[in-house]
Amino acid sequence: MNKLNFLQPDKNNLNTYLYTGVILLSLSIFIVFLNSFFNRDIVSFLPGTISFFLPLILGFIGLHLIRIEYSGLKFLDSINKNINTNNFNAFLSLIIVFVVIKSLPPLLSWFILDANIAGDSKDVCTGSGACWTYIKIWFNRFMYGMYPNPEQWRINLSFVALAFLGTIGFFATEKFKKYLTLYYVVVYPIIAFFFIFFFISGGPVFFDFSYGIIAAVISVIIGFFIPSKFKMYYFIIVPITVYILLKHVFFYEELIELGKLETLEWVETGAWGGLSLTFIVSFFCLIFCFPIGLFLSLGRRSDFPIIKYFSIGMIEFWRGVPLITVLFMSSVMFPMFLPEDMFIDKLVRVIIAISLFEAAYVAEVIRGGLQALPRGQYDAAKSLGMGYWKMHILVILPQALKLVIPGIANTFLALVKDTPLIFVVGLLEIVGMLNLAKTNPDWLGFAMEGYVFASVLFFIICYAMSKYSYNLEQKYKTER
Amino acid sequence: MNIKKILPQLLTLLVVILIFGFFSYNAQVNMENRGITFGYGFLSQESSFDVQFSLIEYDGSHSYFRAYLVGLLNTILVSVIGIIFATIIGVVVGIARLSNNYLINRTAAVYVEFFRNIPLLLQIFFWYFAALRALPLPQDTEPMFGFFFLTIKGFFVPAFVWNNLDVFIYSLIAAIISIIFVRIYARKKQENEGIQTPVLSISIGLLIILPILSFLFGGVDASVEVPVIKQLSQTGFTYEGGIKLPPELISLALALSLYTATFIAECVRAGVQGVSKGQKEAAASIGLTPNQVLKLVVMPQALRIIIPPTTNQYLNLTKNSSLAAAIAYPDLVLVFAGTALMQTGRAIEIVSITMLTYLSLSISISILMNWYNKKIAIKEK
Repeated sequence: MNKLNFLQPDKNNLNTYLYTGVILLSLSIFIVFLNSFFNRDIVSFLPGTISFFLPLILGFIGLHLIRIEYSGLKFLDSINKNINTNNFNAFLSLIIVFVVIKSLPPLLSWFILDANIAGDSKDVCTGSGACWTYIKIWFNRFMYGMYPNPEQWRINLSFVALAFLGTIGFFATEKFKKYLTLYYVVVYPIIAFFFIFFFISGGPVFFDFSYGIIAAVISVIIGFFIPSKFKMYYFIIVPITVYILLKHVFFYEELIELGKLETLEWVETGAWGGLSLTFIVSFFCLIFCFPIGLFLSLGRRSDFPIIKYFSIGMIEFWRGVPLITVLFMSSVMFPMFLPEDMFIDKLVRVIIAISLFEAAYVAEVIRGGLQALPRGQYDAAKSLGMGYWKMHILVILPQALKLVIPGIANTFLALVKDTPLIFVVGLLEIVGMLNLAKTNPDWLGFAMEGYVFASVLFFIICYAMSKYSYNLEQKYKTER
Repeated sequence: MNIKKILPQLLTLLVVILIFGFFSYNAQVNMENRGITFGYGFLSQESSFDVQFSLIEYDGSHSYFRAYLVGLLNTILVSVIGIIFATIIGVVVGIARLSNNYLINRTAAVYVEFFRNIPLLLQIFFWYFAALRALPLPQDTEPMFGFFFLTIKGFFVPAFVWNNLDVFIYSLIAAIISIIFVRIYARKKQENEGIQTPVLSISIGLLIILPILSFLFGGVDASVEVPVIKQLSQTGFTYEGGIKLPPELISLALALSLYTATFIAECVRAGVQGVSKGQKEAAASIGLTPNQVLKLVVMPQALRIIIPPTTNQYLNLTKNSSLAAAIAYPDLVLVFAGTALMQTGRAIEIVSITMLTYLSLSISISILMNWYNKKIAIKEK
């Protein structure tokens, strides 16, 4: 039997096989390399089909010859172990290597070698490569939309400040660590909101919103002094009362004056756009959808039938319809449901719609975490005499949320990827701006560059987010 | 029943009723002001707009309900195409992710990471506005395999012209029914006598032989109609005959299947990895062959993990197909919630019908899934 196996090396003729194999393999890669980088076909004397398949055949034989269980050479062993375990694997590996070598030169020439970036008009783009001039000229629009150029420092300043305030948690000393949750859940969103309200908008756009936020803050502050027995009813009744008081009795005129902030030019939300709008929409939706989803998931597991079925209805409704119809609803159907003199800004409507939509997904993810906790945790908490809220805040939620970090991160990723859909209501974030720029008569024919640019941006953002969530997951992993 | 239990529920109910009452009151006032009355009677009116691509006969003289059906069928068409391709790509990539070949493994991983981190809408735009626009004009197109023409105006493929198509369909149905009987018989035989029947080869044989018999004896006859180039004007060319797949459909199906395949690949990977090693070793130790281990032990358990999230992905794909509106593929959202809404101005009725359609689709699938999950769940004592 051994003699029949003449293509397998044994210890007597090992070196012969090795050298032949390596030479054949390098030859095949060399042929493809020459062919793709220098456009030379050194095997053109052979008939068409054979010269096309020759590198594959040579490489295949070469890989077959060097397939040795243990050769002692580190490099060869790692090749054999990783890409050359059997004939089928060797074949696939060869094809992948050849495809990569073949596709490198055209990609390189399109992206870098034949591309143009100098100049400031379409005329400089004569080569066959990409026209990065287009991106360079339109960069401002892709980032800020139709936001007026002299005012763009406001967006930059807000984002830098928010990024700085957002990372403050990493530098907090032990003494302040216990307030971090409060900071991130209550204080930070309010600061963020005011930055956008005063700075980016500069006008009285988000009025009703601001009353709501002020009402919430005041009621939270008063809430600390209320006996826990009444807390639940309190938190439903007082914010609404404060809101109505604020809006109709106290500050009506004054806040309008405050909101205008005469020194800052008012930029309507229709002019916002580009990547900054993507960030604004995802940021606010992210902040709002998490608490809503949390309450929905708790409601779904509640003992009260009305709350339970209301939550189930909400979750299943939002999960069952596509986001685009939700946005359609917010843009064409929702205004029909409001009194005629009442107008809610487009951006606010979109943020509410997306938040409700994503909240349903967040709720299902959190429910998974709640269900995964053993019953003993609930029983133990109850036996210590904890009430519903105390039990959830101190015992159940910290464990459940830890379990569902990957799921929540996936939902947030989906949220970021869903923001381009707001083109339905006429808001142009980066993808919308690309489509606008594409139809500009001076810059026709550069769709590819624009989409590649946006894809790279989104890839970087989303990939970073998913890696970060993976790190978080590893950090908070608890042995069960 | 104490007050602590009733009060929160009453409050919730009150708030919900108040909000709904507020909304419906406003809607009534608004509609009165605009002079529209609420109702679904407009569905039978003449629609008087045209749709570019439709599976059933439709033009402007048909009703709005017919337009709704056209949109719905187009949505289903692109979803089915997307689901088929996404499953194929997803399973292949998922298995490639598990390969111990470093290159294959990495290639699959790069594919998954790349395509799932880019918004679907951007991918659709990329294929439609950038990639497919680079295709040649109809008159410059080189045929693929002689019959297929991939042009900037769409993909032209040959169509089958059938004689006695019904006999062929009957033979297919007969084949499927006999396969079901064979399966029942095989299961019974295995339970009673412990002998396995090669169900798969028998079913494939039946699926091939019965239709061939219908060709030989049933008078079924199929010929192929190849698209032929035709000059419309001085510079305008198109193909006639065969089937035309518009570029909107191609780019949408392409983007949907490439995007969803990444998620399906992860489901497949998780499913196969979820079967514990002990199961395989135990199966091998009782003398099953590797094929039997895969077929009788690994696959049934892996499928139990794979199928529920994969169905979820199918549902997502169907819902994502509504992005068609962005590139003017006439799906439900574009035809009905877009054009029909603009013409009639009946926002509430049309948006509610559209949402209800999607809602009933996803709820029926999730009911089916729950039933399936219960059926395949491991029965513990």
